[in-house]
Amino acid sequence: MTENLHTLPAILERNSIQFAEKPAFREKEFGIWQSWSWKDVYEYVNNLSLGLISLGIKEGDHICIIGRNRPHLYWSIIAAQNVGAIPTPLYQDAVAQEMIFPISHCSAKMAIVENQEQVDKLIEIKKDIPLLKNIIYLDPRGLRNYKKNNLSSLDDISSPDKLKNITKFQTELKKRQAKQNLDTKSILLYTSGTTGRSKGVVLSNKNVIESGKAGIVFDKIDSNFSLICYLPMAWVGDFAFSMGLGLQSGMCICCPESAETLHDDMREIGPSYFFGPPRFFESLLTSVNLKIDDAGLFKKTLFNYFMATAKENGEKILENKSVGLINRIKYFLGEIFIYGPLKNRMGLSKTKVGYTAGEAIGPEIFQFFRSLGINLKQLYGQTEACVFVTCQPDKQVHPETVGVPVNGVELKISNSGEVLYRSPGSFVEYFKDPSNTKKTKDKEGWVATGDAGFIDEETGHLKIIDRAKDVGKLKQGSLFAPKYVENKLKFYPNILEAVLFGSGKEYCVAMINIDLTAVGNWAEKNNISYASYQELAGHPEVYKMVGEHIREVNLSLSKDKNLSNCQIRRFLVLHKELDPDDGEITRTRKVRRNLVNDKYSDLIKALYDGSKEIYTETEVTYEDGRKGKISASIKIQELEETFKRVEAA
Amino acid sequence: MNVDNTKMMDIKNIVLRFGGVVAIQNISFDIFKGEIRAIIGPNGAGKSSMLNVINGFYHPQEGEVWFRGKKRGSMKPYQIAHQGIARTFQNIALFKGMSALDNIMTGRFTHMKKSIFSQIIWAGGASKEEYENREVVEKVIDFLEIQHIRKTPVGALPYGLQKRVELGRALAAQPELLLLDEPMAGMNVEEKEDMSRYILDVNNEFGTTVALIEHDMGVVMDISDRVVVMDYGKKIGDGTPDEVRNNQAVIDAYLGVSEH
Repeated sequence: MTENLHTLPAILERNSIQFAEKPAFREKEFGIWQSWSWKDVYEYVNNLSLGLISLGIKEGDHICIIGRNRPHLYWSIIAAQNVGAIPTPLYQDAVAQEMIFPISHCSAKMAIVENQEQVDKLIEIKKDIPLLKNIIYLDPRGLRNYKKNNLSSLDDISSPDKLKNITKFQTELKKRQAKQNLDTKSILLYTSGTTGRSKGVVLSNKNVIESGKAGIVFDKIDSNFSLICYLPMAWVGDFAFSMGLGLQSGMCICCPESAETLHDDMREIGPSYFFGPPRFFESLLTSVNLKIDDAGLFKKTLFNYFMATAKENGEKILENKSVGLINRIKYFLGEIFIYGPLKNRMGLSKTKVGYTAGEAIGPEIFQFFRSLGINLKQLYGQTEACVFVTCQPDKQVHPETVGVPVNGVELKISNSGEVLYRSPGSFVEYFKDPSNTKKTKDKEGWVATGDAGFIDEETGHLKIIDRAKDVGKLKQGSLFAPKYVENKLKFYPNILEAVLFGSGKEYCVAMINIDLTAVGNWAEKNNISYASYQELAGHPEVYKMVGEHIREVNLSLSKDKNLSNCQIRRFLVLHKELDPDDGEITRTRKVRRNLVNDKYSDLIKALYDGSKEIYTETEVTYEDGRKGKISASIKIQELEETFKRVEAA
Repeated sequence: MNVDNTKMMDIKNIVLRFGGVVAIQNISFDIFKGEIRAIIGPNGAGKSSMLNVINGFYHPQEGEVWFRGKKRGSMKPYQIAHQGIARTFQNIALFKGMSALDNIMTGRFTHMKKSIFSQIIWAGGASKEEYENREVVEKVIDFLEIQHIRKTPVGALPYGLQKRVELGRALAAQPELLLLDEPMAGMNVEEKEDMSRYILDVNNEFGTTVALIEHDMGVVMDISDRVVVMDYGKKIGDGTPDEVRNNQAVIDAYLGVSEH
């Protein structure tokens, strides 16, 4: 693994020799798992590379990749790198207008897309992206009658027998491959952009390969691992795990049949390396709880009994600590009756390493999975670092921290409390944006993460508080850390999203988004009828329940030395879900505070001026890009009491 | 799909009576190979009866039906099934307790040649045949994007998805002529858009000729090549969507005529 290979295509070539017939990629199609060996993939990528050259792709050109996780699109990424072009995956669920910026910003010459949906979007914005010459599609369905000018199928351009002068292209390919080294640009990734415009992060081969290596060494990953890819291809995590880590370790990379079948597909594959954002685990736990609620008394009793055992001993057993013989026997029985089948159901039976990141995960959710014997850990990373900054080592896992730096990463905390790091994975530059590059990465290579955090003295692990720029002060001068409080709220399954306001104000207020699945189920159980999300969100009983959750959060905040003044006085439940199509949250589901502040300024004003109800009209964007308006009267509720600060005894 | 103006079906002077009720009065029209042909009309216009005539289920008292250049006589049900015409129903007619996959598999029935005995013991080529049929069914499932409900009992599915499964069953038969009886009834705008897309894609990808009955004028005008308009068992209009839209008789039937 430590040979001196400088590019992903070179690593693929090595795999095709070393692992030859071993399955490299799997995808469920037509109800069965189709698989391709490393040799197949190598051959395909080679052919596609020739096709790309024949279409006039030059070194340094950008090629956009748009679609859900499919093997052919991953191969397109490698083929693009192979010919010296820079692959640029985009979020496939972005509406056409959103695609104009990245495509024109990187002057992409070609787009390789999954299907008609994406082709239609690109045709819609044709005028705004005049430099885009070719559109290549994977799935021909519905495209038969399109004018063929600049549209071709991936099948066609990857068949060498359709090429004339093939030897000329082969020589050209060899020439280009020879020029590539560790400093060659590997990929351009657009960040989701929590603040305004997204930025294009340029990663070099060195970034991708070194950070991947660090991840492999950290968790001792080998070619017998498998991985399921289901997160957006435009997101750095997916690229770093499937390509950086996957290709280098030679593990089997699996793609689900569709987004809806993920859970079934996961169960069939049983991935040994798994990554999920906290909300994935939250919804998994919610669905387990819902099913158990509906189960018979016998099953319920069995579940509760063994889950109590797991809670007490599971984590200790996972960490090889002593728990006594009796407890081990109990846990063993639990494994047979409950944990084993449950893990199988969730598709996590074979998971050797599981990671969650992106947001804080609720300690209870985290411990639930760990107590079942799943080695779930947290990592901290960002696009600029090609993911890996810190990871939790096995047996040193704490719910509130994000672990220790991986190989080659140095960490320091600036005077203002911001986390800085320096690593071989840290990015080359922001594309066409030297001033921001300079601001983020200093001359010595230290990258500012924008996160406020500190090193926990007890454990030596990094602990993240909030985005540095979001941390503010209340009017009376005490600390205001919105995300910390929001996360506490979001740990309740009923609360999907929360936005806290209070910077520069006397007290804090919150806007809440309920989780339709969880609250809908709760409503069904409590005989509460509703016709729409809006009606459910405005229901007095829902307000009562949310109020109760907030009261509990206030109580726990009152015990916090720094944040006791962040208790929420007034709140409202929003009539619509915050939606990436409306720009309120990013495609990776992070709240865009400025935009929310502007869009809901009337609501925020009402939260502070003491009114009991407010009428509002909100613009919404439908999936096909059309816009509409919804209006609602939203109640505002005041908490009866907030808690005095309690000094820790 | 390129319509090549060869007549797939020619319907001549059909009269259909149920006792004293005349459901269809002397209607003639044709269906070209590869087109999407819509039959529209207000409630009780005789649209579903017309579809049943096309399908061969009703035998009209007068008139002739020519299919693929041959005059069609009366048929037994199994002959109807074998003629290469598949249909969906206005009020979904699926096996509610069976999975979506099994329901669609039943659409392959006419393509199963092996005897029931070899199918029971899974020998004599029965397994091979099953694999082949399953492959066709899986392609249909992929086409309609219903992978996630493959194993779900149909009764537990929402209405829009049941409609899609029903379309799937008809497609699995790989028909030359696909009859759709109100494919968009009871759907919301988004489901209608999806269904329209599938109908267009079926026509486009497989070259299947489609005849559909629909209530929703807007949808019909958007997707069909030609439209027949019926009212009280009579044909009151026939032509391209634009021609039909400007036809005074059609406007009167749909909007009513004011009394002076």
